[in-house]
Amino acid sequence: MRLNDLTIKQAKQGLRNKEFSSEELVKTCLDVIEKRNKSLNAFITVCKDEALDKARKADDLLKNGQDLPLLGIPIAAKDIFSTKGIRTTAASKVLDNYIPQYDATVIRKLKDTGAIIVGKTNLDAWAHGSSGENSDFGPTKNPWNEEYVPGGSSSGSAVSVASGMALGATGTDTGGSIRLPASFTNTVGLKPTYGRVSRYGIIAMASSLDSIGHFTKTVEDSALILGVTAGKDEFDATTPSETVPDYQTSLTKRIKGLRIGVPKEYVSGQEGVTAEVKANFNESLKTLEKLGAEIIDISLPNTEYGIACYYIIQPAEVSSNLARFDGIRYGNERESFGDEAKRRIMLGTFTLSVGYYDAYYKKAMKVRTLIINDFEKAFEKIDAIASPVSPTKPWKIGDKTNDPLKMYLSDILTVNCNLAGIPGLTVPSGFIDKLPTGIQFLGPKFSEDLLFRIGHAFEQETKFYEKKAYET
Amino acid sequence: MKIDVLHIAKLANLPLSKEEIEKYQKQLSSILEYIEKLKKAKTDNIIETSQVTNLENVTKKDEPTPSLSQNEAIANSNNTQNGSFKVKAIFE
Amino acid sequence: MKKKLMKHKVVIGLEVHIELKTKSKMFCNCSTQYFGEKPNTHTCPVCLGLPGALPVPNQLAIEWCVMIGQALNCQIPPFSKFDRKNYFYPDLPKGYQISQYVQPFCVKGFIDINGKKVGITRVHMEEDTGKLMHETSASLIDFNRSGVPLVEIVTEPDFDNSKDVKMYLQKLQQLVRYLGVADADMEKGQMRLEPNISISLNPSSNELPKYKVEVKNINSFGFVEKAINYELERQLEILEKGETPVQETRGWNESKAITVSQRVKEEANDYRYFPEPDIPPIRWTEKKIEELKTQIPELPDKKSTRFQRQYQLSSYDAEILIKNLSLADYFEEAVKAAKENATAKHIANYIINTKVDTDKILPAELVEKITQANRVETVSADELKTVVKKVIKDNPKIVQDYKKGNENVIQFAIGQVMYIIKKKIDANIVRKLILEELK
Repeated sequence: MRLNDLTIKQAKQGLRNKEFSSEELVKTCLDVIEKRNKSLNAFITVCKDEALDKARKADDLLKNGQDLPLLGIPIAAKDIFSTKGIRTTAASKVLDNYIPQYDATVIRKLKDTGAIIVGKTNLDAWAHGSSGENSDFGPTKNPWNEEYVPGGSSSGSAVSVASGMALGATGTDTGGSIRLPASFTNTVGLKPTYGRVSRYGIIAMASSLDSIGHFTKTVEDSALILGVTAGKDEFDATTPSETVPDYQTSLTKRIKGLRIGVPKEYVSGQEGVTAEVKANFNESLKTLEKLGAEIIDISLPNTEYGIACYYIIQPAEVSSNLARFDGIRYGNERESFGDEAKRRIMLGTFTLSVGYYDAYYKKAMKVRTLIINDFEKAFEKIDAIASPVSPTKPWKIGDKTNDPLKMYLSDILTVNCNLAGIPGLTVPSGFIDKLPTGIQFLGPKFSEDLLFRIGHAFEQETKFYEKKAYET
Repeated sequence: MKIDVLHIAKLANLPLSKEEIEKYQKQLSSILEYIEKLKKAKTDNIIETSQVTNLENVTKKDEPTPSLSQNEAIANSNNTQNGSFKVKAIFE
Repeated sequence: MKKKLMKHKVVIGLEVHIELKTKSKMFCNCSTQYFGEKPNTHTCPVCLGLPGALPVPNQLAIEWCVMIGQALNCQIPPFSKFDRKNYFYPDLPKGYQISQYVQPFCVKGFIDINGKKVGITRVHMEEDTGKLMHETSASLIDFNRSGVPLVEIVTEPDFDNSKDVKMYLQKLQQLVRYLGVADADMEKGQMRLEPNISISLNPSSNELPKYKVEVKNINSFGFVEKAINYELERQLEILEKGETPVQETRGWNESKAITVSQRVKEEANDYRYFPEPDIPPIRWTEKKIEELKTQIPELPDKKSTRFQRQYQLSSYDAEILIKNLSLADYFEEAVKAAKENATAKHIANYIINTKVDTDKILPAELVEKITQANRVETVSADELKTVVKKVIKDNPKIVQDYKKGNENVIQFAIGQVMYIIKKKIDANIVRKLILEELK
């Protein structure tokens, strides 16, 4: 096994036991990036010199017995996170020369705990997309089959972990942008509760929906990173004071007796869920039952309105958040925006405009309440929800790019979670035609430890994480 | 549902060509058609949700801290003059 | 204005923006002491509108806004929130201004102007924009001012003349200075006025005219009446022709003393307000609202009434003394220190008639000065006569010069008497005795 095949947990152990150095570990990742980034296009900016320099400094600290949660571990950051002194583009031509004067809070936290940022990963520009094809820097490819999409918008981050370019990667999930690419790349993707992790310094897409999460190979690694990134931030007024638990303590507890709900609307096929996805999901349910969980049918009656509701609220907030890009203080002029960004800006401007606000935006805000109520009601009778992540298996690059609406509908199983602000964890659940697929677990607000527990049990039973997208 | 793309583009400060206006007209209309399904949702007596945190009264103290230096503030602009940002003349 | 005017009613509503003098900005921790500093030296990711920055509201600014509303007799709704006002302008870094639209901090107040009750529609909180400086071929932007807390005070269209408008501004300025929340110096741009002016040709009806003109750029007290009167004349001329003035924004041009039409931007009026998702709403308890109210000092109107009653002062004198809170306090300190040795009237007169530098002389010291000037010592008539006789005996020149017709020598004699007695005496009594003796 090469060093970059390790999980974060294993790498930490190896570093502590002096089996290898951080410099060696980081170099292994950088080598893969150099070899494969041209074809996979996972990174927009690679921080080779800075990373190696930081790795050597980490090695010094390790020698002195220092122990920080992520000391010496190579991590990639979605290029929507502000990194001081390092170009941050949001994968858009508008910002192709923008260098932030400050670090996002999450970046600062990762650095403070010793993580080494190896580079900035590709994404759908401005996080607008579900496939990774909307980047102004070219599409990212799925390492399991380069003709297929890796999912988006956090495409590069998912691929960086799946292809061994980093041991973990940050992402954002506004309508499924972590969970979907995780399920398409055989990685673990966490979308925490809205507000659990600070948004400060992360280029805003839709302010009331953006959740800050990450990709890892295992659930245990995911819990480790959340322990670093979670918590109230004085610079983000939407982060509650809820204490951050030790996410490792309940990780290995068995899930016997847990009640797991399956929303009938998510599997009925009415939202385009294919037979093969359904079959894979049923297998996963069998696994959960084997582990002692109780599978219960539930209903989330307003599920069908999720996409319509989301595609009013999100573009409205997008149109406002992208107004600051006028080329005066930074970046290029507004004509540099790509098609999808322009579409969403106009859609949002329209639904907020005089004469249409009540019928569209206000109505959507009310439907949002209905969707929140659906979840609250469901969680009175169950502990967590399980469902497929994507209605279909990964599609070929180019299949949906001519039909924006078709692309939007890929989010049908993920958006309602964002509208409600609840957490979601995607864990690998197998393969369809040699392409990865995943299962998502949703829970009440601040139930990440429960989701980790379920995900860990499922993962250890199925061991899909042992499969690699490349020759080991 | 037809959007006045020209008007909306102006409001949104987006310069569009004639071809773009036509293209977006079509695409946005089809998206809006889908969104119409929201009308079926029963929302009588339902209060709007604009935030999901249920937080209130999150404020900061009135204590100043150091600002960015002038160089840092203007570092990313191509058009500055003596520390100010520069734009084409605006006539008020 | 020369010819006879047709029957009409002037309708003016005011929007005033006041910069609060908090130490830090409204949504970030940059210092607000930017005046006179180099451009873009008081900015941060938040007030510069950098990608990823987020706002966190200033608690003190919010409390001060509520206090201003309370001082204007407003209701304070228990629930309030911020909204985004979306429009494009180079001095607006985020492309939207965080303001309040549907649920402002204060509503439905009033203020007395010249015996009339002027309605205060709302008082709300927002952030200031950057500053634009115009050159011939370019405009320069300085974001030091961006994000400074602004309170916006909107009146009902209850004004019907420019004099009252000026009085309102003066009262408002005095009010916020009393509260200690703003300096409101118009020349420094800390208080900005935007009157909405229209004229109704139907004075008996309560219906508002179908148009209104907003006037911007009135930068000093001196121009308030002039600008408004000019605009009224302009509108009247149009109305007399049978036309309706265009609904628009006009700018006051100081040098030419006229209002000029600013380019009419129809779309600019669609601000697409929606609730600010980055800032949780504010909910007040009754207790907190009451607590804020107790922090409000006695306000000018009340203080003036009390001064007139308590110190038997004329309204004119009272108004002078209450002009600013520190002078009013100084006066009352002095009265306290004086006890029975000087009346409040005395002290008031002294302060009003002489240019007392209240920074250089303590109230108690001032009282000393005043009572010294007024004191009439008790010296027995005999003692006085004895001293007078002695002075004349010891200074024969006095008699000689007086016989010669030199009146000034009397002054000398008085001085000598005072010197010996070493008490403050009424000089006139001394003069009388000296003259008697000289006879």
